[in-house]
Amino acid sequence: MPLIEIEKLSKHYQVYQKQEGLWASVRGLFRREYRQVTALDAIDLQVEKGEFVAFLGPNGAGKTTTLKLLSGVIHPTSGSCRVMGYVPWERSNHYRRRFALVMGQKNQLWWDLPAQESFRLHQHIYQIPTDVFQSTRDELVDLLGLAKLLRQPVRELSLGERMKMELTAALLHRPEILFLDEPTIGLDVVAQHNIQQFLKHYQQTRAITILLTSHYMKDIEALCQRVVIINEGRIQFDGSLAGIVDRFHQERIVSLRLADSTSMDELAAYGRITKLQAPQVQLRIPRAEVPTSLAEILNRFPVEDVSVSDPPLEEIFAHLFSSGHSGGGGNSPREALELGATELRSSGPRDAETESRRGLLREVRR
Amino acid sequence: MNPALSRMRLWWAIFRVSLEERLVYRGDFAFGTLMRFLPMLTQIFLWWAIFDAMAGRPAAELPGQVPVATADGPDHAGSPVAADDTVSTETVPTETVPTEPLLTETSAGSRDISEVRIKGYNLNDMIAYMLLVMLARAFSSMPGLTSGIAGSIQKGEVKKFLIQPVDMLGSLLLQRIAHKLVYYVIAFFPFALVFFLCRSYFEAGFPSPSLLAAVILSLVGAFLLGFAIEACLGLVAFWLLEVSSLAFIFMLLSFFLSGHMFPLDLMPAPLDWMIGLLPFQYLAYFPSAVALGKIQGDALVTGLIVQFVWVLVFGVLCRILWHRGLIRYGGYGG
Repeated sequence: MPLIEIEKLSKHYQVYQKQEGLWASVRGLFRREYRQVTALDAIDLQVEKGEFVAFLGPNGAGKTTTLKLLSGVIHPTSGSCRVMGYVPWERSNHYRRRFALVMGQKNQLWWDLPAQESFRLHQHIYQIPTDVFQSTRDELVDLLGLAKLLRQPVRELSLGERMKMELTAALLHRPEILFLDEPTIGLDVVAQHNIQQFLKHYQQTRAITILLTSHYMKDIEALCQRVVIINEGRIQFDGSLAGIVDRFHQERIVSLRLADSTSMDELAAYGRITKLQAPQVQLRIPRAEVPTSLAEILNRFPVEDVSVSDPPLEEIFAHLFSSGHSGGGGNSPREALELGATELRSSGPRDAETESRRGLLREVRR
Repeated sequence: MNPALSRMRLWWAIFRVSLEERLVYRGDFAFGTLMRFLPMLTQIFLWWAIFDAMAGRPAAELPGQVPVATADGPDHAGSPVAADDTVSTETVPTETVPTEPLLTETSAGSRDISEVRIKGYNLNDMIAYMLLVMLARAFSSMPGLTSGIAGSIQKGEVKKFLIQPVDMLGSLLLQRIAHKLVYYVIAFFPFALVFFLCRSYFEAGFPSPSLLAAVILSLVGAFLLGFAIEACLGLVAFWLLEVSSLAFIFMLLSFFLSGHMFPLDLMPAPLDWMIGLLPFQYLAYFPSAVALGKIQGDALVTGLIVQFVWVLVFGVLCRILWHRGLIRYGGYGG
């Protein structure tokens, strides 16, 4: 049986509409016009134990709404949802002791006190036996490198340090499910990376189930086997990260360094040249043609170096979410995706970029 | 683990964390404690002037000559001086303003100020009342409670209490008890000093043990009632989002209707009866009047019962607002 079962879950909000001007404000005192906003439109989703799922989508797509519904903060308009057999919005204490929610933009620790005081409070809120509490805390503190910061008031911690403390507090009761709402928002690259590494390690060793929303593609690339793309309250894609690339990328990026750049222009015969900086050249070749084209290129040109990569994920999502389809209608989301994918713009190849960033990180961490 | 025991442990943990949190801001704290005495001083001087005017003498002559409590025997002989030293030296001009022409007219009709009574209160009673109101308000006033609850609803921090298995109102109450206790410990000495220096104003002397018990009970009631009312106001933010004007109206009403400004006995006939039906008086007037011995016997027992009934009413209202509010919150946003 899946750990999380969502069926036809919908959430509508009433949003007060105000016309411009003073007169409208006065009128608004007596009669208000509301517009219904659909945050979630009958989504179905199942998550198995031990999965690490990412929710992707633009602002207002329904990602956070989904997490709020799963953690029982809000009630749905219709549909059903069961998490470990519980209905989240009934907020039973049994359920609440088995999950945790961490929001990147909200603070759950006591602001003026050292984090260890909040931890101790959590021990009692979640009724954690003292020995379990101590070993869990020590383990987390060790993993996240927080030992020196435990006695410092939370308000004096940096954003990254605070996030680590939030995570520690959330994991003290060893939740079976962890909901993370933009856990790396506002963090610098190093802190983002540290938190990613931690989550990856923790999820693997503990086999807990994590649902995460993020705007950072790096989070998702680093962590999640499964990606759920939500836009305008609907699930538009549910599958592996590789699946997205296969499905939505029609082209691959081939980067070459030539020993002799005189005949560079001729490369245009194989694909679209997106960058030309002799002796470097970058071109996009339709996915299916890559093997034959590359073989020919290697034969005809004095190639010194070659690399093949996928276009950055950001590109797919930028197109996917900006294509302005109104959900349903003439253009199905899928078609829009395909449309978007064919008009890819150029940008640095993904693998090279992550590689160089990792190198940088290693430098920084030394 | 035994559920009752683990609950007690949780309460204790919340209480202790709140204590620690409160002790972080030492400076703000000391300042706040001292500031509490200032408004009371101005009110005492106001009443002094009123009584003096009724006695038929210009207020400016006050400081040197008020024969406070001289009629009460040797016990209080030393105290008027002490009271003068602490209360009046800074604010009241010590030089006598020459008022010859006025004096000739009024001196004939002037009485001893200690004989002047307003509805049973002489000047000593009035000053004693003001001091006691200050004490009562140290229990019933809840700075930041309404705005704190409203703020956490507006900013969504209230989610924390939906996600974690812990009750928000209970936590807030424990937090408030911890804050108040820290306050009383720190404010004990200044309060004790002021009451000691002003002991001559308390004509009935130190209350008997049974009266003291009643006073303490009424102060606890005042604390709980203040908490419940202000928590209710804060919870209204589930519907209105902005409750600062509501809080202001409450503050204004309670200023007059709780007896903060003057003893409620001074209210004219139909009004005092109406005010008696409202909960406000239990925040300040009732504990003070009990301490002064103005409410005794059956009236005292009834008063205490009514006070705790009000606590119950607002406590239940709090719970209702919390549950209704959450339903609304869950439906609208979060």
